Amino acid sequence: MSGVAPLELVDVVREYGGGRSLFGRRLPAHRAVDGVSLTLQQGATLGIVGESGCGKSTLARMIVGLLPPTAGHILIDNRPIDQFDRLSLHRKVQMVFQDPLGSLNPRKTVRQVLEIPLRSLRGMHAPARRDRVQELMHLVSLRAEFIDRYPHEFSGGQCQRIGIARALAAEPEIIVLDEPVSALDVSVQAQVLRLLQDLQARLGVAYLFISHDLAVVEAIADTVAVMQAGRIVERGGAAQIFLAPQHAYTRELIGAIPGLSAMPA
Amino acid sequence: MTRFILTRLALLVPVLLGVTIIVFVVMWLVPGDPATSILGTFATPENLAKVRSELGLNEAMPVRYAIWLTGVLHGDLGQSYILHRPVLDELLDRLVPTLLLAGASLALCSVVGILLGIVAAIRQNAWPDRVITLVVLLGVSTPSFWLGMLLILWFAVRFAWLPAGGMQDMFGPGGPGEIARHLILPTLALAAVPAAVLVRLTRTAMLEVMRQDYVRTARAKGLREGRVILRHAFLNALVNVVPIIGIEAGYVLGGAVYIESVFQWPGIGRMLVNAISTRDIILVQGGVLIVAAAYVVINLLTDIAQGVLDPRIRNA
Amino acid sequence: MSGAQGIAVPLAPTPASRPSSAGVWRRFMRSGMAVAGAGLLLVVVALVLAAPFLPLSDPDRTDILHRMARPLTTGHLLGTDELGRDLLSRVIWGTRLSLLVGVVAATLSSLIGSALGVVAAYYGRAVDTLVMRGVDMLMAFPYLLLALAIVAALGPSLGHAMLAIIIVNVPFFARAVRGATVSLRQSDFIAAARLMGQSNLRIIATELLPNVLPVVVVTASTSVGWMILETAGLSFLGLGAQPPVADLGGMLGSARNLINVAPHVAAVPGLAILLIAIGVNLVGDGVRDALDPRLRAGGLARISAVTEVAPDRPMPAQPPSDALLSVRSLRTEFRSGGQVWRAVNDVSFEVRAGEAVGLVGESGSGKTVTALSIAGLVASPPGRIAGGSIRFKGQELIGAPLAALQDIRGNRVAYMFQDPLTTLNPLLTIGQQISETVRRHQGLGPRAAMAQAVTLLEQVGITDPAQRARSFPHELSGGQRQRVGAAIALANSPDLIVADEPTTALDVTTQARVLALMNEQRHRLGAALVFISHDMGVIAELCDRVHVMYAGSIVESGRVADVLSRPAHPYTIRLLACVPRPGQARREVEPIPGLPPATNALPPGCAFAPRCDLAIAACSAGAIPMVAVGQEHAARCVRTRDALQEAAA
Repeated sequence: MSGVAPLELVDVVREYGGGRSLFGRRLPAHRAVDGVSLTLQQGATLGIVGESGCGKSTLARMIVGLLPPTAGHILIDNRPIDQFDRLSLHRKVQMVFQDPLGSLNPRKTVRQVLEIPLRSLRGMHAPARRDRVQELMHLVSLRAEFIDRYPHEFSGGQCQRIGIARALAAEPEIIVLDEPVSALDVSVQAQVLRLLQDLQARLGVAYLFISHDLAVVEAIADTVAVMQAGRIVERGGAAQIFLAPQHAYTRELIGAIPGLSAMPA
Repeated sequence: MTRFILTRLALLVPVLLGVTIIVFVVMWLVPGDPATSILGTFATPENLAKVRSELGLNEAMPVRYAIWLTGVLHGDLGQSYILHRPVLDELLDRLVPTLLLAGASLALCSVVGILLGIVAAIRQNAWPDRVITLVVLLGVSTPSFWLGMLLILWFAVRFAWLPAGGMQDMFGPGGPGEIARHLILPTLALAAVPAAVLVRLTRTAMLEVMRQDYVRTARAKGLREGRVILRHAFLNALVNVVPIIGIEAGYVLGGAVYIESVFQWPGIGRMLVNAISTRDIILVQGGVLIVAAAYVVINLLTDIAQGVLDPRIRNA
Repeated sequence: MSGAQGIAVPLAPTPASRPSSAGVWRRFMRSGMAVAGAGLLLVVVALVLAAPFLPLSDPDRTDILHRMARPLTTGHLLGTDELGRDLLSRVIWGTRLSLLVGVVAATLSSLIGSALGVVAAYYGRAVDTLVMRGVDMLMAFPYLLLALAIVAALGPSLGHAMLAIIIVNVPFFARAVRGATVSLRQSDFIAAARLMGQSNLRIIATELLPNVLPVVVVTASTSVGWMILETAGLSFLGLGAQPPVADLGGMLGSARNLINVAPHVAAVPGLAILLIAIGVNLVGDGVRDALDPRLRAGGLARISAVTEVAPDRPMPAQPPSDALLSVRSLRTEFRSGGQVWRAVNDVSFEVRAGEAVGLVGESGSGKTVTALSIAGLVASPPGRIAGGSIRFKGQELIGAPLAALQDIRGNRVAYMFQDPLTTLNPLLTIGQQISETVRRHQGLGPRAAMAQAVTLLEQVGITDPAQRARSFPHELSGGQRQRVGAAIALANSPDLIVADEPTTALDVTTQARVLALMNEQRHRLGAALVFISHDMGVIAELCDRVHVMYAGSIVESGRVADVLSRPAHPYTIRLLACVPRPGQARREVEPIPGLPPATNALPPGCAFAPRCDLAIAACSAGAIPMVAVGQEHAARCVRTRDALQEAAA
């Protein structure tokens, strides 16, 4: 990997709550993300693993600009994201959501979904868009005849492919994937993971891959950060985290993977 | 629970304030000079001037509101220039009959509506459900005042079983029996529409709740159907039905205006209609205010009832 | 999962679930009542539109000599009113006015209310507070009373009455639309639209509005009837249409003093209102049913206490064994929209006393339906047991009387379900929910049962159990709730526990603790276990034997260690290759191409054949039997031996 870091997080904090109750009592603020610093290398995959409520989804939303951080800096290409205008930020970083069906407007066809970023982010004209939509469908291995169908006509895995194609349409450097396979069956999960690996090899896009499943993260990430209660408690190379966990929480996570001893390698 | 009720009580203050503002603003919409519309076109200039200063009509809007609100808070709702008595006295005389009629109707429609709703849900698509659905369709499509006229035609005129109305003195010699006889027909007329609405909503709520996972859990525990339906399904359906009862209380209080007119019931509704036709604006203002206040209190009660039923609301 | 009891009847391929206008139209037309209402309204509308061209007398021409003529009088089909005006003419013109006012009021109040609701919900914060507090203030009034006050202030006229009706109805629309919009606004597809560079206005116009529109249409179509009645009410009191012009309410108002002498004068406009309102309400209900997603595909059918059993069901050829539970040739299907989904297709297995058996498979494989079929808990409609036999301790459960099943459920056969938040009653304390099953089956009094519930909570590892028994489900964490689920299952020391993905909704660390607890408690009681999971790892932790399910059938059975180390069915082999194994960073997972078949269109023979790279013509020729590949290890595959060789190679 080269030394360029397209994404860097420095002491990022996000608080919820605070304020006052009806009777003027001060409400406690909750730190969902508590001083997170991370670096994502160009074309690489950084995995973030943690259990529900550890702040990983809040982190994802801050990186793509859906939530402002309470404190700290998020740098993309060494520039703080609050210095980007909205469109150029979205051209740099995109997101794939957890719920495959819920992240697609039920009243838009695949074509309509994919054309939006081509028009508003890439400024493409109608003929160019038509070709590019075909290309994108091909890229995520969806049959071209599905192009005028509605989301509910697809399976969860197919919906997630559409979500990935939509993110790719912006031609971003970074895609934040927030639990992209946890709603999917094992065999479909494998299909999507393989697709993500292929796309990275072909396009050189960097992934921030968030999941509660250490095995999945470990299968796709180069480096892994373990998150607990808003903090990164351990980080390292994917194999190293698993084989030589340093933090007690990481060890607990690994110990909790069911059937590890019974499953043959 | 105490905290929950206290919070609800505290929230009552801005709502009541909002009610007074709307009542004030609506009455301010009255075209022309309020003093003239109160005293009529033949009033002397002296009397007009007197009324204007009494009402603070020479002041700016917010000041007038403040004067009026101060009066309201001290129990002074003004004078009715048509009836020549304080508005509050007139309202207090009229409030009991209206609350009696509205209360009886609300109780009737709640009991009948919920019971029939449950029956329709557990006998879904069987004949009881179909009959109830048909009656409900008629119920929500019939104007209550027309139903009142039909009831008078049959039960008072044709069969002469019950009085057509004309309840004069609530506290007269007839006693509770006399009141009850006069109350039956108007209560039926007023309760029909909200009962029909409640049947529908209870039926839907029951059917929806019966599909929930916890009903399956209750069955997986081997509980008898009666208990599954009453304790697990109905209790949860009730959480959705109680706020509707609150809305129906609003219907009943408003609909009382028509029913009181049809049955000559000596309540606030009939008073309002008379006051509107005599342009007794101050009386209208007072009447609307007191009925709205009653409604706010009823809504508070349904809120609390919901909190009693549902710990999630109580602890929120 | 609040759907059809956790079993999603696959909706995707049926045309009925499309949000297209054609589907909505079809559903509307399918409702006879709605069509009848629409027909009624069409006749009324045609009649009032044609009013100027019909040979009607002037509705306002008085004729004192022929006042209060009875219906069917010559020249006056419906008779005349107190001024001798022709009632037929007046009722048609009055209907025209009432309909117009109702439709205009409904349209305007729905437009204004929806706009306010969408803006409040989308912009949130100060805008939301401002709009919604205003709405709250208006809704603090009984709405008819507020309308009355507005007309009283402005002065009686039909225009003012309509204005008042609009004002008092706007808050209802605003609130309904705001609610719908708020839940949409938080959905991922709106976040995605922002990331795609769409402006706020565009998001409102192209992402929010099309999805809110059904709510608006439903609310508007169900409220037209109300508006007609409400305006009629104001006219009835003399505050709406002014004489001599009369809408239906005004006609009723002037007829009300004639009720003793000429009841027909009131009957005619009253019936007219009734007919219009019936028509409007029927159409409104039809529109609601057609647009409401909850009412699609099967609708809100009441789920019966026990799964329906086909009376002519085939009996299994094989006699039942003397195992604790013996399932033979079980077939459970779902019927919906003329289609039959064969969710469980000829499944046989048995569970010996004290043994733990896993059912593993992907979603739609039929594992949950198999588990629910045991105690007749599959939702009916649309589910139904179409064949087979289930014997528990020798007693046939399929077709057993409800009372007998209820004595077994929760007592000898206990269930644990997936999502502990939706499977516990939110309104009862967990102590009540545990103790009621104890009371039901052990006949204890309330006090003794509650004491036992506290003991059970202690056994499943809940700290401070006496205190916790008074908690409600929402006050507990997911792990604690599932421990409560375990306590309910263990309450009557059952012989068999059926656990349907009980740890799927939990975090891994919590899952590990709950699994350990289940293992320990099961062994303490010596209960047998049927454990359903999509996760081979979880099955490996708990079970002695496993059945792998695919598209409604068991494709491989055996001891867990054998199936894991020597999988014999190509599907099992490929499924295991899909699971990422930790400890081998960036290991390539081997996906299976394609998707499982829909169970309403199963291919002949092996359902996996279309995705299998070993498939030959024989695979799709006909039913395939289980082939033994080892001790207690069998696979439903004609190429098992080749598959084993290939796997070994």
